[in-house]
Amino acid sequence: MYRYDSIDQQIVDDRVAQFRDQTQRYLAGEIAEEEFLPLRLQNGLYVQRLAPMLRVCVPYGMLDTKQVRMLAHIARKYDKGYAHVTTRQNIQYNWPALEDVPDILADLASVEMHAIQTSGNCIRNFTADPFAGVALDEVMDPRPYCEVMRQWATFHPEFAFLPRKFKMAVCGSKSDRAAILVHDIGMALTTNDAGEIGFEVFVGGGLGRTPVIASLINSFVPEKDILTYLEAILRVYNLSGNRENKYKARIKILVRAMGAEAFAERVDQEWKHLKGSESTLTAEEIERMKSYFPTPDYREVASTADTEIESLRSEHQAFDRWLTRNTRDHRQPGYVSILLSLKPVGVPPGDVTAEQLDAIADLADKYSLGEVRTTHEQNMVLADVAKDQLFELWQDCKKLGFASPTIGTLNDMICCPGGDFCSLANAKSIPVAEALQRKFDDLDYLYDLGDLSLNISGCMNACGHHHVGHVGVLGVDKKGEEWYQIQLGGDQGKNASLAKVLGPSFSRDEVPEIIEKLLNHFVDNRIEGESFLEAYRRIGHDSFKAAAYA
Amino acid sequence: MPRIILDNSVVDDNWQLITESEQADVDISQLAEGNYLVPLSVWNSLVAELTTPPANIGLWLASTELPEQIQGSISEIPVLAIDFPAFADGRGFSIGRLLRERYGYKGQLRAIGKPIRDQLSYLVRCGFNAFDLAEHYDPEEALTSLKDFSDNYQGSVDQPIPLFRRRS
Repeated sequence: MYRYDSIDQQIVDDRVAQFRDQTQRYLAGEIAEEEFLPLRLQNGLYVQRLAPMLRVCVPYGMLDTKQVRMLAHIARKYDKGYAHVTTRQNIQYNWPALEDVPDILADLASVEMHAIQTSGNCIRNFTADPFAGVALDEVMDPRPYCEVMRQWATFHPEFAFLPRKFKMAVCGSKSDRAAILVHDIGMALTTNDAGEIGFEVFVGGGLGRTPVIASLINSFVPEKDILTYLEAILRVYNLSGNRENKYKARIKILVRAMGAEAFAERVDQEWKHLKGSESTLTAEEIERMKSYFPTPDYREVASTADTEIESLRSEHQAFDRWLTRNTRDHRQPGYVSILLSLKPVGVPPGDVTAEQLDAIADLADKYSLGEVRTTHEQNMVLADVAKDQLFELWQDCKKLGFASPTIGTLNDMICCPGGDFCSLANAKSIPVAEALQRKFDDLDYLYDLGDLSLNISGCMNACGHHHVGHVGVLGVDKKGEEWYQIQLGGDQGKNASLAKVLGPSFSRDEVPEIIEKLLNHFVDNRIEGESFLEAYRRIGHDSFKAAAYA
Repeated sequence: MPRIILDNSVVDDNWQLITESEQADVDISQLAEGNYLVPLSVWNSLVAELTTPPANIGLWLASTELPEQIQGSISEIPVLAIDFPAFADGRGFSIGRLLRERYGYKGQLRAIGKPIRDQLSYLVRCGFNAFDLAEHYDPEEALTSLKDFSDNYQGSVDQPIPLFRRRS
């Protein structure tokens, strides 16, 4: 993965010193509250319902084990012993003290980490496929490009005070696992007829209170021109985005108001002036970045590993289930990627304790070349596991609580922190997730349902991505009471769709039984091999609606 | 006399701002003595009358106004100010860069309104060299914020060569 040189390190160290000074001046009353707000936000610090919340950047989801151990250390020293994996692959702490944050940032900087631009109206973390570099369907590894863009976006002087937050994601594979169509800018690596590398660029996607699927505005931006092209988009947005109404300030509103075609033209006019400038990438820089993501030194795995696994599978049903749900094919023969489930029943989805973080680091050192990835579904990935170690790894995962064989099932829910922690939330989300996990805890039933995403948000800001869940649950406030709206038919990926609201909302107690009715309706009406989403699209919304309100 | 930051030091400033609401009452003949920053509409009517306005008249742009709306020769403007009506209104950063990089403006580029001390390093990189900070900031103390960062990744007005072209 990418390693800082002395300049990268100096820039992060400078940032720590700057924020230490800003915090001191704030605590001394020399900076007004509203002026400190964007300064702390752009260092990841929110003030939440119960305490400040600190969001640490995990660039495109990549961590080494030294960094994971530092995250554990921070959880122990400055927090209540746990951390939370977010839907944008970052890590959050819910209980830091404001005056400790400069020290936390200094600890992070010591392992090449930071919380720069993880919040605020600026360019946020670039997210990508958690299986980058190992996925079978990969066209191009997105990580070198993500790192190029990360550096370009870090303290970009022109775009630190945008109309609103700005999120980008990059995908390098045939199927999109980075949800690029629901980002302000989504990029898909591609090649043209001449075999040159470039990007398809989609603009104006997003969730929140106005969910929109992004529009394609350029089908091939050559790799060398990507930074100037992004700069052109951001400049058009910075100058023309709505600054009067924060609910109309995202780029999706501008793109929709202008029309994608007119927006693309404006960008092209701006790009004309920027294209070919010094910001054009050099072949050397692209190569330099690629050199940080080489094909690892995989070892030869004995061909008997497969037959051994098969015989262990037949002996151990739980191992068989775990292999089926929690592993992914790997491009290197003899290897697989595995998902560490952070969704055991009774734990808020994505939460992980300091001890577990240390244990994950140990697992990664022992089994996966010392690297860990976070996923936007709030799990973690060991990307490079040799098949002859799988049984041992599974046993370790079981002991540590990461072996829930439920990845991709109903129980692998995406869920925001909700009203238990977040000051924006209209309703709690974690207790809903837990009630559903408890109701649907039978593995055979979950497997029979097949791939099914259930996403829960505690308010319309949609941090739990409810619009793109096959089933979405949205917390709403009705006269001071918590109610839940259910939506169906959302999907992420290259054919992303937005979920449609079923009808009037339900009380929290009603949610599990309504979900059960919907699932029964699916089971009763599906045809062989059909997934929930396929059945929904075939049978239709009204049919499910009738079942829910029957 | 008000004090501003100009080219890394604090100086007395005698440029007076003529606001939009005052402009109706102002006659150019009244602006013979002293130094004035006038709104775009006044500037453009002066250019229409005189081609080149006198050297004691500068221009300030609102955050909604673009360089392409300026009539006449931009390079002749002695002081060009850009308003930050709220410090979080970041349009001025783009306007500053456009003036320097696309219009080749070499004169004094000043941030006015409510820019805050902690924006100074970004403002410099977008081409500003003069800063009239929000009132509660001591400009002498604020000077240290100009040096918050020892290097930067992107190409910008003060360093057009991005870091990736300068790494050895």
